[in-house]
Amino acid sequence: MAEPAATFLAEAVHHQWTAFPELSNLCYVHGRPAGSPAATVTVPVRPERAELRVWEGIEMVKVGRAQVWRRTSGAAAPHRYSAASLVRHGLTHEPWPRVWRQVPLRPAYDAVIVGAGIHGLATAYHLAKDHGITKVAVVDRGYVGGGNSGRNTAIVRSNYLTPEGVRFYDRSVKLYEALSAELNFNVMFEQRGHLTLAHNDSSLRTMVWRAEVNKLVGVDSSVIGPEEIKRLVPYLDTSTETRYPILGALYHPPGGTIRHDAVNWGYARAADALGVEIHQGVEVLAISTTGDRVRGVVTSAGEIATPIVVNCTAGHASLLCDMVGVSTPVVTHPLQAAVTEPVKAFLSAVVVSGSLHVYVSQTDRGELVFGASTDPYASYSTRGSLEFTEELASHVLALMPGISKIRLLRQWAGLCDMTPDFSPIMGITPVEGFLLDVGWGTYGFKAGPASGEAMATLVATGKTPELIAAFDLARFAEGRLVGEKGAASVGH
Amino acid sequence: MIQIPCPYCGLRNANEFASTGEVKPRPDVATATPAVWRAYLYDHRNPEGLVTEGWYHRAGCRKFLVVERHTQTNEIRSARPAGVAS
Ligand SMILES: Cc1cc2nc3c(=O)[nH]c(=O)nc-3n(C[C@H](O)[C@H](O)[C@H](O)COP(=O)(O)OP(=O)(O)OC[C@H]3O[C@@H](n4cnc5c(N)ncnc54)[C@H](O)[C@@H]3O)c2cc1C
Ligand SMILES: [Zn+2]
Repeated sequence: MAEPAATFLAEAVHHQWTAFPELSNLCYVHGRPAGSPAATVTVPVRPERAELRVWEGIEMVKVGRAQVWRRTSGAAAPHRYSAASLVRHGLTHEPWPRVWRQVPLRPAYDAVIVGAGIHGLATAYHLAKDHGITKVAVVDRGYVGGGNSGRNTAIVRSNYLTPEGVRFYDRSVKLYEALSAELNFNVMFEQRGHLTLAHNDSSLRTMVWRAEVNKLVGVDSSVIGPEEIKRLVPYLDTSTETRYPILGALYHPPGGTIRHDAVNWGYARAADALGVEIHQGVEVLAISTTGDRVRGVVTSAGEIATPIVVNCTAGHASLLCDMVGVSTPVVTHPLQAAVTEPVKAFLSAVVVSGSLHVYVSQTDRGELVFGASTDPYASYSTRGSLEFTEELASHVLALMPGISKIRLLRQWAGLCDMTPDFSPIMGITPVEGFLLDVGWGTYGFKAGPASGEAMATLVATGKTPELIAAFDLARFAEGRLVGEKGAASVGH
Repeated sequence: MIQIPCPYCGLRNANEFASTGEVKPRPDVATATPAVWRAYLYDHRNPEGLVTEGWYHRAGCRKFLVVERHTQTNEIRSARPAGVAS
Protein backbone atom coordinates (compact mmCIF):
# COMPACT_ATOMS: atom_id res chain seq x y z
CA MET A 1 0.00 0.00 0.00
CA ALA A 2 1.27 3.47 -0.85
CA GLU A 3 2.20 5.42 2.24
CA PRO A 4 0.40 8.71 2.65
CA ALA A 5 2.84 10.89 0.81
CA ALA A 6 0.09 13.08 -0.53
CA THR A 7 -1.42 13.53 2.88
CA PHE A 8 1.91 14.47 4.35
CA LEU A 9 2.64 16.94 1.62
CA ALA A 10 -0.76 18.53 2.07
CA GLU A 11 -0.16 18.77 5.77
CA ALA A 12 3.35 20.01 5.38
CA VAL A 13 2.09 22.78 3.15
CA HIS A 14 -0.69 23.49 5.59
CA HIS A 15 1.82 23.76 8.40
CA GLN A 16 4.19 25.85 6.25
CA TRP A 17 6.94 23.24 6.23
CA THR A 18 8.98 22.17 3.31
CA ALA A 19 9.01 18.45 3.03
CA PHE A 20 12.20 16.66 2.30
CA PRO A 21 11.82 13.84 -0.18
CA GLU A 22 13.27 10.94 1.78
CA LEU A 23 10.66 11.50 4.46
CA SER A 24 7.77 11.87 2.09
CA ASN A 25 5.52 9.40 3.88
CA LEU A 26 5.18 11.30 7.11
CA CYS A 27 1.72 11.72 8.47
CA TYR A 28 1.96 14.08 11.40
CA VAL A 29 3.57 17.46 11.72
CA HIS A 30 3.85 19.01 15.12
CA GLY A 31 5.04 22.40 16.24
CA ARG A 32 6.49 25.49 14.60
CA PRO A 33 9.93 27.04 14.86
CA ALA A 34 10.18 29.56 17.66
CA GLY A 35 9.03 33.02 16.74
CA SER A 36 7.67 32.15 13.31
CA PRO A 37 4.42 33.89 12.43
CA ALA A 38 1.48 31.63 11.73
CA ALA A 39 1.11 32.51 8.08
CA THR A 40 3.17 31.90 4.93
CA VAL A 41 6.54 30.94 6.29
CA THR A 42 8.46 28.29 4.51
CA VAL A 43 11.12 26.67 6.60
CA PRO A 44 13.67 24.78 4.59
CA VAL A 45 14.70 21.69 6.50
CA ARG A 46 18.14 20.24 5.99
CA PRO A 47 18.17 16.48 6.52
CA GLU A 48 21.50 16.62 8.37
CA ARG A 49 19.81 18.69 11.10
CA ALA A 50 17.12 16.10 11.53
CA GLU A 51 17.28 13.64 14.36
CA LEU A 52 15.46 10.32 13.94
CA ARG A 53 13.88 8.44 16.84
CA VAL A 54 12.23 5.06 16.51
CA TRP A 55 9.62 3.32 18.64
CA GLU A 56 7.44 0.32 18.06
CA GLY A 57 5.27 1.12 15.05
CA ILE A 58 6.07 4.79 15.04
CA GLU A 59 9.02 7.07 14.35
CA MET A 60 9.71 10.72 14.81
CA VAL A 61 11.99 13.18 13.08
CA LYS A 62 13.05 16.16 15.16
CA VAL A 63 14.25 19.31 13.44
CA GLY A 64 14.94 22.00 15.97
CA ARG A 65 11.71 22.33 17.93
CA ALA A 66 9.62 20.83 15.19
CA GLN A 67 8.62 17.20 15.22
CA VAL A 68 7.39 15.05 12.41
CA TRP A 69 5.82 11.68 13.14
CA ARG A 70 5.02 8.71 11.00
CA ARG A 71 3.75 5.20 11.28
CA THR A 72 6.38 2.71 10.20
CA SER A 73 4.20 0.14 8.50
CA GLY A 74 1.03 0.05 6.44
CA ALA A 75 -1.13 -1.48 9.14
CA ALA A 76 0.48 0.45 11.89
CA ALA A 77 1.34 -1.36 15.07
CA PRO A 78 -0.89 0.08 17.76
CA HIS A 79 0.72 2.39 20.22
CA ARG A 80 -0.26 0.70 23.46
CA TYR A 81 -1.56 2.92 26.21
CA SER A 82 -0.33 1.94 29.66
CA ALA A 83 0.81 3.49 32.91
CA ALA A 84 4.40 3.07 31.70
CA SER A 85 3.72 4.89 28.42
CA LEU A 86 2.01 7.67 30.35
CA VAL A 87 5.07 8.10 32.60
CA ARG A 88 7.43 7.93 29.62
CA HIS A 89 5.52 10.60 27.72
CA GLY A 90 5.18 12.69 30.85
CA LEU A 91 8.91 12.66 31.46
CA THR A 92 10.05 13.15 27.87
CA HIS A 93 7.30 15.58 26.82
CA GLU A 94 7.08 13.78 23.51
CA PRO A 95 3.73 14.40 21.90
CA TRP A 96 1.37 11.48 21.63
CA PRO A 97 1.24 10.07 18.13
CA ARG A 98 -1.87 10.50 16.05
CA VAL A 99 -4.56 8.07 17.15
CA TRP A 100 -5.51 6.90 13.65
CA ARG A 101 -3.92 7.36 10.25
CA GLN A 102 -4.98 9.74 7.56
CA VAL A 103 -4.41 8.03 4.22
CA PRO A 104 -5.54 8.69 0.65
CA LEU A 105 -8.64 6.93 -0.62
CA ARG A 106 -7.91 3.77 -2.62
CA PRO A 107 -9.78 2.85 -5.80
CA ALA A 108 -11.28 -0.36 -4.40
CA TYR A 109 -12.19 -1.96 -1.08
CA ASP A 110 -13.72 -5.23 0.06
CA ALA A 111 -16.30 -3.23 1.97
CA VAL A 112 -17.23 0.43 2.34
CA ILE A 113 -18.95 1.43 5.55
CA VAL A 114 -20.82 4.72 5.37
CA GLY A 115 -20.86 6.63 8.65
CA ALA A 116 -18.07 6.86 11.24
CA GLY A 117 -20.34 6.68 14.24
CA ILE A 118 -20.21 3.81 16.68
CA HIS A 119 -22.09 1.47 14.34
CA GLY A 120 -19.78 1.98 11.38
CA LEU A 121 -16.63 1.87 13.48
CA ALA A 122 -17.65 -1.19 15.51
CA THR A 123 -18.61 -3.04 12.32
CA ALA A 124 -15.22 -2.21 10.78
CA TYR A 125 -13.40 -3.25 13.93
CA HIS A 126 -15.13 -6.64 14.08
CA LEU A 127 -14.65 -7.21 10.34
CA ALA A 128 -10.91 -6.84 10.81
CA LYS A 129 -10.59 -8.54 14.16
CA ASP A 130 -13.03 -11.45 13.93
CA HIS A 131 -12.85 -12.14 10.20
CA GLY A 132 -9.49 -10.76 9.04
CA ILE A 133 -11.18 -8.51 6.47
CA THR A 134 -9.08 -5.35 6.61
CA LYS A 135 -9.44 -3.82 3.15
CA VAL A 136 -12.25 -1.76 4.56
CA ALA A 137 -12.97 1.96 4.38
CA VAL A 138 -15.17 3.80 6.84
CA VAL A 139 -16.20 7.04 5.16
CA ASP A 140 -17.93 9.95 6.85
CA ARG A 141 -18.96 13.27 5.40
CA GLY A 142 -18.17 14.87 8.74
CA TYR A 143 -15.81 13.55 11.38
CA VAL A 144 -15.55 10.52 13.68
CA GLY A 145 -18.35 10.72 16.22
CA GLY A 146 -19.78 13.90 14.69
CA GLY A 147 -23.24 12.36 14.38
CA ASN A 148 -25.40 10.94 17.12
CA SER A 149 -22.52 8.91 18.50
CA GLY A 150 -21.02 12.14 19.82
CA ARG A 151 -24.36 13.69 20.79
CA ASN A 152 -26.08 11.05 22.87
CA THR A 153 -26.54 10.87 26.61
CA ALA A 154 -24.59 7.63 26.77
CA ILE A 155 -27.01 5.46 28.70
CA VAL A 156 -26.33 1.75 28.45
CA ARG A 157 -28.89 -0.82 29.60
CA SER A 158 -30.63 -3.99 28.49
CA ASN A 159 -34.01 -3.91 30.31
CA TYR A 160 -36.11 -3.87 27.14
CA LEU A 161 -39.56 -5.32 26.56
CA THR A 162 -39.33 -8.04 23.91
CA PRO A 163 -37.22 -11.20 24.35
CA GLU A 164 -35.47 -10.43 21.02
CA GLY A 165 -34.60 -6.94 22.22
CA VAL A 166 -33.48 -7.96 25.71
CA ARG A 167 -31.25 -10.73 24.35
CA PHE A 168 -29.65 -8.42 21.81
CA TYR A 169 -28.99 -5.49 24.15
CA ASP A 170 -27.74 -7.85 26.84
CA ARG A 171 -25.04 -9.06 24.45
CA SER A 172 -24.03 -5.43 23.97
CA VAL A 173 -23.83 -4.75 27.71
CA LYS A 174 -21.61 -7.84 28.07
CA LEU A 175 -19.30 -6.57 25.32
CA TYR A 176 -19.23 -3.11 26.91
CA GLU A 177 -18.16 -4.61 30.23
CA ALA A 178 -14.97 -5.86 28.57
CA LEU A 179 -14.51 -3.04 26.08
CA SER A 180 -11.84 -0.93 27.85
CA ALA A 181 -9.49 -3.89 27.93
CA GLU A 182 -10.48 -5.03 24.44
CA LEU A 183 -9.73 -1.65 22.86
CA ASN A 184 -6.90 -0.59 25.22
CA PHE A 185 -8.90 2.60 25.74
CA ASN A 186 -10.73 3.61 28.90
CA VAL A 187 -14.39 3.92 27.92
CA MET A 188 -15.44 4.74 31.49
CA PHE A 189 -18.38 2.35 31.60
CA GLU A 190 -20.00 2.83 35.00
CA GLN A 191 -22.80 0.46 35.92
CA ARG A 192 -24.44 2.76 38.42
CA GLY A 193 -27.93 1.33 38.22
CA HIS A 194 -30.85 2.48 36.09
CA LEU A 195 -34.30 3.42 37.42
CA THR A 196 -37.42 3.85 35.30
CA LEU A 197 -40.09 5.51 37.45
CA ALA A 198 -43.77 4.61 37.28
CA HIS A 199 -46.27 7.34 38.15
CA ASN A 200 -49.47 5.47 37.36
CA ASP A 201 -50.91 1.97 37.32
CA SER A 202 -50.46 1.35 33.64
CA SER A 203 -46.76 2.20 33.64
CA LEU A 204 -46.29 0.09 36.78
CA ARG A 205 -47.88 -2.77 34.85
CA THR A 206 -45.43 -2.26 31.96
CA MET A 207 -42.54 -2.28 34.49
CA VAL A 208 -43.68 -5.63 35.89
CA TRP A 209 -43.98 -6.97 32.35
CA ARG A 210 -40.51 -5.78 31.47
CA ALA A 211 -39.02 -7.16 34.70
CA GLU A 212 -40.48 -10.60 34.00
CA VAL A 213 -39.23 -10.68 30.39
CA ASN A 214 -35.82 -9.47 31.58
CA LYS A 215 -35.55 -12.18 34.24
CA LEU A 216 -36.54 -14.83 31.74
CA VAL A 217 -33.62 -13.83 29.52
CA GLY A 218 -31.31 -13.65 32.54
CA VAL A 219 -31.06 -9.87 32.88
CA ASP A 220 -30.94 -8.35 36.39
CA SER A 221 -34.14 -6.31 36.61
CA SER A 222 -36.95 -5.93 39.17
CA VAL A 223 -39.73 -3.63 40.31
CA ILE A 224 -39.03 -1.75 43.55
CA GLY A 225 -41.15 0.51 45.77
CA PRO A 226 -40.84 4.19 46.79
CA GLU A 227 -38.77 3.52 49.94
CA GLU A 228 -36.06 1.71 48.06
CA ILE A 229 -36.14 4.36 45.34
CA LYS A 230 -35.63 7.03 48.01
CA ARG A 231 -32.70 5.05 49.40
CA LEU A 232 -31.06 4.86 45.96
CA VAL A 233 -31.82 8.46 44.95
CA PRO A 234 -32.35 10.58 48.08
CA TYR A 235 -32.96 13.80 46.15
CA LEU A 236 -36.07 12.48 44.38
CA ASP A 237 -39.41 13.84 45.53
CA THR A 238 -41.10 10.59 46.58
CA SER A 239 -43.88 12.28 48.58
CA THR A 240 -47.46 11.37 47.76
CA GLU A 241 -48.72 14.96 47.40
CA THR A 242 -47.10 15.61 44.02
CA ARG A 243 -49.00 15.77 40.76
CA TYR A 244 -47.18 12.65 39.53
CA PRO A 245 -46.45 10.59 42.66
CA ILE A 246 -43.81 7.89 42.29
CA LEU A 247 -45.51 4.50 42.73
CA GLY A 248 -42.53 2.32 41.95
CA ALA A 249 -39.70 1.82 39.52
CA LEU A 250 -38.08 -0.73 37.28
CA TYR A 251 -34.61 -1.15 38.78
CA HIS A 252 -31.83 -2.41 36.54
CA PRO A 253 -28.50 -2.58 38.43
CA PRO A 254 -26.25 -3.33 35.39
CA GLY A 255 -27.45 -0.21 33.55
CA GLY A 256 -25.36 2.94 33.62
CA THR A 257 -23.43 5.45 31.58
CA ILE A 258 -20.34 5.43 29.41
CA ARG A 259 -18.01 8.01 27.86
CA HIS A 260 -19.35 8.09 24.30
CA ASP A 261 -16.38 9.90 22.72
CA ALA A 262 -14.00 7.38 24.23
CA VAL A 263 -16.00 4.53 22.71
CA ASN A 264 -15.92 6.15 19.26
CA TRP A 265 -12.23 7.01 19.43
CA GLY A 266 -11.36 3.64 20.93
CA TYR A 267 -13.08 1.76 18.11
CA ALA A 268 -11.56 4.06 15.48
CA ARG A 269 -8.08 3.59 16.89
CA ALA A 270 -8.41 -0.18 17.25
CA ALA A 271 -9.87 -0.61 13.77
CA ASP A 272 -7.13 1.57 12.29
CA ALA A 273 -4.47 -0.47 14.05
CA LEU A 274 -5.86 -3.58 12.35
CA GLY A 275 -5.59 -1.94 8.92
CA VAL A 276 -9.04 -0.43 8.44
CA GLU A 277 -9.01 3.03 6.88
CA ILE A 278 -11.05 5.89 8.27
CA HIS A 279 -11.82 8.67 5.83
CA GLN A 280 -13.26 11.79 7.36
CA GLY A 281 -14.74 14.52 5.21
CA VAL A 282 -15.75 12.08 2.48
CA GLU A 283 -19.43 12.12 1.56
CA VAL A 284 -21.19 9.34 -0.32
CA LEU A 285 -23.13 10.99 -3.15
CA ALA A 286 -24.37 7.95 -5.06
CA ILE A 287 -24.20 4.18 -5.05
CA SER A 288 -23.64 2.42 -8.35
CA THR A 289 -25.23 -0.93 -9.07
CA THR A 290 -25.23 -3.53 -11.82
CA GLY A 291 -28.60 -5.19 -11.96
CA ASP A 292 -29.49 -5.71 -8.32
CA ARG A 293 -25.90 -5.76 -7.08
CA VAL A 294 -23.76 -3.06 -5.50
CA ARG A 295 -20.74 -2.18 -7.62
CA GLY A 296 -19.30 0.86 -5.89
CA VAL A 297 -19.89 4.27 -4.42
CA VAL A 298 -19.42 7.75 -5.78
CA THR A 299 -17.96 10.01 -3.12
CA SER A 300 -16.95 13.64 -2.85
CA ALA A 301 -13.35 12.35 -3.06
CA GLY A 302 -13.85 10.14 -6.10
CA GLU A 303 -15.28 6.77 -7.05
CA ILE A 304 -14.61 3.57 -5.14
CA ALA A 305 -15.32 0.05 -6.33
CA THR A 306 -16.76 -2.26 -3.68
CA PRO A 307 -19.14 -5.22 -3.55
CA ILE A 308 -20.43 -4.26 -0.08
CA VAL A 309 -21.89 -1.02 1.26
CA VAL A 310 -23.03 -0.91 4.87
CA ASN A 311 -25.41 1.94 5.65
CA CYS A 312 -24.60 3.27 9.15
CA THR A 313 -25.80 6.84 8.68
CA ALA A 314 -28.49 7.14 11.37
CA GLY A 315 -30.59 10.25 10.61
CA HIS A 316 -29.47 10.21 6.96
CA ALA A 317 -30.22 6.50 6.52
CA SER A 318 -33.19 6.92 4.21
CA LEU A 319 -31.25 9.27 1.91
CA LEU A 320 -28.66 6.56 1.36
CA CYS A 321 -31.42 4.01 0.77
CA ASP A 322 -32.93 6.36 -1.82
CA MET A 323 -29.67 6.05 -3.79
CA VAL A 324 -30.41 2.38 -4.45
CA GLY A 325 -34.19 2.58 -4.39
CA VAL A 326 -34.70 0.67 -1.13
CA SER A 327 -37.70 1.98 0.76
CA THR A 328 -37.72 1.96 4.55
CA PRO A 329 -40.01 3.08 7.35
CA VAL A 330 -37.30 5.38 8.77
CA VAL A 331 -38.41 8.90 9.66
CA THR A 332 -35.81 11.41 10.88
CA HIS A 333 -36.65 13.24 14.08
CA PRO A 334 -34.35 15.56 16.01
CA LEU A 335 -33.65 14.58 19.61
CA GLN A 336 -32.39 17.21 22.01
CA ALA A 337 -30.46 16.97 25.24
CA ALA A 338 -29.00 19.45 27.71
CA VAL A 339 -26.32 19.64 30.36
CA THR A 340 -25.91 21.80 33.49
CA GLU A 341 -22.90 23.34 35.15
CA PRO A 342 -21.00 20.84 37.31
CA VAL A 343 -22.04 20.36 40.92
CA LYS A 344 -20.88 18.09 43.74
CA ALA A 345 -21.72 14.44 43.15
CA PHE A 346 -25.17 13.63 44.53
CA LEU A 347 -26.76 11.36 41.93
CA SER A 348 -25.38 7.93 41.25
CA ALA A 349 -28.15 6.12 39.36
CA VAL A 350 -29.70 7.04 36.02
CA VAL A 351 -33.31 8.17 36.58
CA VAL A 352 -35.95 8.02 33.85
CA SER A 353 -39.57 9.12 34.00
CA GLY A 354 -41.75 8.14 31.07
CA SER A 355 -44.79 10.07 32.24
CA LEU A 356 -42.75 13.25 32.75
CA HIS A 357 -40.78 12.73 29.52
CA VAL A 358 -37.35 13.25 31.11
CA TYR A 359 -34.30 11.41 32.29
CA VAL A 360 -31.27 12.56 34.22
CA SER A 361 -27.82 11.33 35.14
CA GLN A 362 -24.71 12.95 36.62
CA THR A 363 -21.36 12.78 34.86
CA ASP A 364 -18.00 12.21 36.52
CA ARG A 365 -17.34 15.92 36.16
CA GLY A 366 -20.53 16.64 38.09
CA GLU A 367 -22.72 17.97 35.28
CA LEU A 368 -26.33 16.83 35.15
CA VAL A 369 -27.26 15.43 31.74
CA PHE A 370 -30.93 15.70 30.79
CA GLY A 371 -32.79 14.15 27.91
CA ALA A 372 -36.35 13.68 26.75
CA SER A 373 -38.39 12.33 23.83
CA THR A 374 -37.80 13.38 20.22
CA ASP A 375 -39.06 16.63 18.75
CA PRO A 376 -42.68 16.15 17.71
CA TYR A 377 -42.17 16.46 13.94
CA ALA A 378 -39.74 15.07 11.36
CA SER A 379 -36.78 17.30 10.51
CA TYR A 380 -33.13 17.30 9.41
CA SER A 381 -32.37 20.42 11.44
CA THR A 382 -30.17 20.10 14.53
CA ARG A 383 -31.29 23.42 15.91
CA GLY A 384 -32.24 23.44 19.60
CA SER A 385 -35.45 25.04 20.79
CA LEU A 386 -36.54 27.02 23.82
CA GLU A 387 -39.75 25.04 24.24
CA PHE A 388 -37.67 21.93 24.72
CA THR A 389 -35.64 23.55 27.51
CA GLU A 390 -38.70 25.01 29.21
CA GLU A 391 -40.56 21.72 29.25
CA LEU A 392 -37.48 19.81 30.32
CA ALA A 393 -36.76 22.17 33.21
CA SER A 394 -40.31 22.06 34.54
CA HIS A 395 -40.39 18.27 34.42
CA VAL A 396 -36.97 17.81 35.99
CA LEU A 397 -37.97 20.12 38.82
CA ALA A 398 -41.11 18.10 39.44
CA LEU A 399 -38.83 15.14 40.10
CA MET A 400 -36.01 16.95 41.92
CA PRO A 401 -37.16 20.32 43.28
CA GLY A 402 -33.79 20.73 45.02
CA ILE A 403 -31.86 21.46 41.85
CA SER A 404 -33.79 24.59 40.82
CA LYS A 405 -30.73 26.86 41.23
CA ILE A 406 -28.43 24.88 38.93
CA ARG A 407 -27.84 26.61 35.59
CA LEU A 408 -28.03 24.95 32.20
CA LEU A 409 -24.75 25.14 30.29
CA ARG A 410 -25.82 24.07 26.83
CA GLN A 411 -28.24 22.08 24.73
CA TRP A 412 -27.87 20.32 21.40
CA ALA A 413 -29.66 17.96 19.03
CA GLY A 414 -28.96 14.88 16.94
CA LEU A 415 -30.92 13.37 14.05
CA CYS A 416 -32.59 10.12 15.00
CA ASP A 417 -33.66 7.46 12.51
CA MET A 418 -36.98 6.48 14.05
CA THR A 419 -38.83 3.27 13.14
CA PRO A 420 -42.49 2.42 13.77
CA ASP A 421 -41.69 -0.24 16.40
CA PHE A 422 -38.74 1.48 18.12
CA SER A 423 -36.49 -1.39 17.05
CA PRO A 424 -33.52 -1.17 14.68
CA ILE A 425 -33.20 -2.46 11.11
CA MET A 426 -30.18 -4.71 10.59
CA GLY A 427 -29.47 -6.98 7.68
CA ILE A 428 -29.91 -7.45 3.98
CA THR A 429 -32.01 -5.50 1.49
CA PRO A 430 -33.41 -6.37 -1.97
CA VAL A 431 -30.15 -4.91 -3.38
CA GLU A 432 -27.37 -7.46 -3.01
CA GLY A 433 -24.40 -6.06 -1.15
CA PHE A 434 -26.35 -3.13 0.29
CA LEU A 435 -26.71 -3.79 4.01
CA LEU A 436 -28.56 -1.83 6.67
CA ASP A 437 -27.49 -1.05 10.22
CA VAL A 438 -29.97 1.75 10.83
CA GLY A 439 -33.17 2.61 12.66
CA TRP A 440 -31.19 3.21 15.84
CA GLY A 441 -33.41 6.10 16.75
CA THR A 442 -32.83 7.37 20.25
CA TYR A 443 -31.43 4.16 21.68
CA GLY A 444 -28.60 2.90 19.46
CA PHE A 445 -25.44 3.88 21.26
CA LYS A 446 -25.72 1.05 23.74
CA ALA A 447 -26.17 -1.33 20.79
CA GLY A 448 -22.93 -0.51 18.95
CA PRO A 449 -20.74 -3.41 20.12
CA ALA A 450 -23.35 -6.11 19.54
CA SER A 451 -24.52 -4.76 16.19
CA GLY A 452 -20.92 -4.27 15.02
CA GLU A 453 -20.15 -7.86 15.87
CA ALA A 454 -23.28 -9.19 14.18
CA MET A 455 -23.05 -6.97 11.08
CA ALA A 456 -19.42 -7.98 10.59
CA THR A 457 -20.46 -11.63 10.68
CA LEU A 458 -23.17 -10.92 8.12
CA VAL A 459 -20.69 -9.15 5.80
CA ALA A 460 -18.06 -11.86 6.18
CA THR A 461 -20.26 -14.96 5.94
CA GLY A 462 -23.31 -13.71 4.04
CA LYS A 463 -25.48 -15.24 6.77
CA THR A 464 -27.62 -13.24 9.16
CA PRO A 465 -26.70 -14.13 12.77
CA GLU A 466 -29.57 -15.47 14.87
CA LEU A 467 -29.16 -12.60 17.36
CA ILE A 468 -30.31 -9.98 14.83
CA ALA A 469 -32.61 -12.07 12.62
CA ALA A 470 -35.77 -10.52 14.09
CA PHE A 471 -34.63 -7.02 13.14
CA ASP A 472 -34.66 -7.43 9.36
CA LEU A 473 -36.16 -4.92 6.93
CA ALA A 474 -38.68 -7.46 5.63
CA ARG A 475 -40.49 -7.50 8.99
CA PHE A 476 -42.45 -4.38 8.05
CA ALA A 477 -43.82 -5.85 4.83
CA GLU A 478 -44.52 -9.14 6.61
CA GLY A 479 -46.08 -7.63 9.72
CA ARG A 480 -43.56 -8.98 12.28
CA LEU A 481 -42.89 -5.82 14.25
CA VAL A 482 -40.71 -5.95 17.38
CA GLY A 483 -42.56 -3.44 19.56
CA GLU A 484 -40.19 -1.70 21.96
CA LYS A 485 -41.98 1.63 22.31
CA GLY A 486 -42.89 0.90 25.93
CA ALA A 487 -39.20 0.49 26.78
CA ALA A 488 -37.51 2.96 24.44
CA SER A 489 -39.51 6.11 23.75
CA VAL A 490 -38.28 8.25 26.65
CA GLY A 491 -35.52 6.34 28.40
CA HIS A 492 -32.91 5.85 25.72
CA MET B 1 -40.44 27.77 17.55
CA ILE B 2 -41.74 27.22 14.06
CA GLN B 3 -45.13 28.74 13.31
CA ILE B 4 -47.87 27.43 11.08
CA PRO B 5 -50.21 29.79 9.19
CA CYS B 6 -53.53 28.12 9.97
CA PRO B 7 -56.07 29.16 7.33
CA TYR B 8 -58.67 29.48 10.13
CA CYS B 9 -56.67 30.91 13.05
CA GLY B 10 -53.72 32.72 11.49
CA LEU B 11 -50.05 32.26 12.39
CA ARG B 12 -49.81 29.97 15.46
CA ASN B 13 -46.99 28.25 17.34
CA ALA B 14 -46.31 24.68 16.20
CA ASN B 15 -46.86 23.26 19.68
CA GLU B 16 -50.59 24.00 19.29
CA PHE B 17 -50.58 21.42 16.49
CA ALA B 18 -49.92 17.72 16.20
CA SER B 19 -47.94 16.52 13.20
CA THR B 20 -49.61 13.55 11.53
CA GLY B 21 -46.78 12.82 9.11
CA GLU B 22 -46.42 12.61 5.35
CA VAL B 23 -49.56 12.80 3.26
CA LYS B 24 -49.92 9.94 0.79
CA PRO B 25 -52.76 8.36 -1.14
CA ARG B 26 -54.71 5.78 0.86
CA PRO B 27 -54.98 2.38 -0.85
CA ASP B 28 -58.39 1.19 -2.00
CA VAL B 29 -59.94 -0.68 0.94
CA ALA B 30 -61.65 -3.20 -1.32
CA THR B 31 -58.59 -4.32 -3.24
CA ALA B 32 -55.52 -3.60 -1.09
CA THR B 33 -53.47 -6.62 -0.03
CA PRO B 34 -51.88 -6.76 3.44
CA ALA B 35 -48.52 -5.94 1.83
CA VAL B 36 -49.98 -2.81 0.23
CA TRP B 37 -51.52 -1.76 3.53
CA ARG B 38 -48.26 -2.26 5.35
CA ALA B 39 -46.33 -0.25 2.78
CA TYR B 40 -48.92 2.51 3.19
CA LEU B 41 -48.59 2.32 6.97
CA TYR B 42 -44.85 2.01 7.37
CA ASP B 43 -42.91 3.20 4.33
CA HIS B 44 -42.05 6.88 4.21
CA ARG B 45 -40.19 9.15 1.83
CA ASN B 46 -38.48 11.04 4.64
CA PRO B 47 -36.93 13.58 2.25
CA GLU B 48 -34.37 16.20 3.17
CA GLY B 49 -36.31 18.91 1.42
CA LEU B 50 -39.92 19.80 0.77
CA VAL B 51 -42.50 17.48 2.28
CA THR B 52 -46.29 17.54 2.17
CA GLU B 53 -47.61 16.55 5.55
CA GLY B 54 -50.64 16.64 7.80
CA TRP B 55 -50.98 18.83 10.88
CA TYR B 56 -53.91 18.83 13.30
CA HIS B 57 -54.66 22.11 15.06
CA ARG B 58 -55.54 20.45 18.34
CA ALA B 59 -55.30 23.55 20.56
CA GLY B 60 -57.04 25.79 18.04
CA CYS B 61 -59.73 25.21 15.45
CA ARG B 62 -59.27 21.40 15.63
CA LYS B 63 -59.14 21.18 11.87
CA PHE B 64 -56.76 18.99 9.86
CA LEU B 65 -54.39 20.87 7.57
CA VAL B 66 -52.10 19.97 4.69
CA VAL B 67 -48.79 21.79 5.09
CA GLU B 68 -45.80 22.09 2.78
CA ARG B 69 -42.59 22.33 4.84
CA HIS B 70 -38.86 22.13 4.16
CA THR B 71 -37.37 19.52 6.50
CA GLN B 72 -33.91 21.11 6.58
CA THR B 73 -34.86 24.74 7.25
CA ASN B 74 -38.36 24.08 8.66
CA GLU B 75 -39.59 26.88 6.41
CA ILE B 76 -43.34 26.53 5.78
CA ARG B 77 -44.38 27.13 2.18
CA SER B 78 -48.12 26.73 2.47
CA ALA B 79 -50.93 25.50 4.70
CA ARG B 80 -54.41 24.65 3.48
CA PRO B 81 -57.40 22.77 4.90
CA ALA B 82 -57.22 19.03 4.35
CA GLY B 83 -59.57 17.68 1.74
CA VAL B 84 -59.42 20.88 -0.32
CA ALA B 85 -57.48 20.75 -3.57
CA SER B 86 -54.40 22.99 -3.61
C1 LIG C 1 -29.59 13.62 22.19
C2 LIG C 1 -29.44 12.14 21.98
C3 LIG C 1 -29.40 11.29 23.09
C4 LIG C 1 -29.24 9.91 22.92
N1 LIG C 1 -29.13 9.14 24.03
C5 LIG C 1 -28.83 7.83 23.90
C6 LIG C 1 -28.59 7.03 25.05
O1 LIG C 1 -28.61 7.53 26.18
N2 LIG C 1 -28.31 5.71 24.87
C7 LIG C 1 -28.27 5.15 23.62
O2 LIG C 1 -28.03 3.95 23.53
N3 LIG C 1 -28.50 5.88 22.51
C8 LIG C 1 -28.77 7.20 22.62
N4 LIG C 1 -28.99 7.97 21.49
C9 LIG C 1 -28.99 7.33 20.18
C10 LIG C 1 -27.59 7.09 19.68
O3 LIG C 1 -26.82 8.26 19.81
C11 LIG C 1 -27.61 6.67 18.21
O4 LIG C 1 -28.56 5.66 17.99
C12 LIG C 1 -26.25 6.13 17.77
O5 LIG C 1 -25.21 7.00 18.16
C13 LIG C 1 -26.25 5.93 16.28
O6 LIG C 1 -24.95 5.64 15.87
P1 LIG C 1 -24.62 5.50 14.33
O7 LIG C 1 -23.20 5.10 14.25
O8 LIG C 1 -25.63 4.62 13.70
O9 LIG C 1 -24.88 6.95 13.72
P2 LIG C 1 -24.13 8.36 13.89
O10 LIG C 1 -23.24 8.39 15.06
O11 LIG C 1 -25.17 9.42 13.79
O12 LIG C 1 -23.20 8.40 12.61
C14 LIG C 1 -23.72 8.52 11.32
C15 LIG C 1 -22.66 9.19 10.48
O13 LIG C 1 -23.02 9.07 9.11
C16 LIG C 1 -22.48 10.19 8.45
N5 LIG C 1 -23.15 10.34 7.17
C17 LIG C 1 -24.46 10.61 6.92
N6 LIG C 1 -24.69 10.66 5.59
C18 LIG C 1 -23.51 10.42 4.97
C19 LIG C 1 -23.10 10.33 3.60
N7 LIG C 1 -23.96 10.50 2.59
N8 LIG C 1 -21.80 10.06 3.33
C20 LIG C 1 -20.90 9.88 4.33
N9 LIG C 1 -21.25 9.95 5.64
C21 LIG C 1 -22.53 10.21 5.97
C22 LIG C 1 -22.72 11.34 9.41
O14 LIG C 1 -21.81 12.38 9.17
C23 LIG C 1 -22.50 10.67 10.77
O15 LIG C 1 -21.22 10.91 11.31
C24 LIG C 1 -29.17 9.35 21.62
C25 LIG C 1 -29.22 10.19 20.51
C26 LIG C 1 -29.34 11.58 20.67
C27 LIG C 1 -29.37 12.47 19.46
ZN1 LIG D 1 -56.55 26.58 13.39
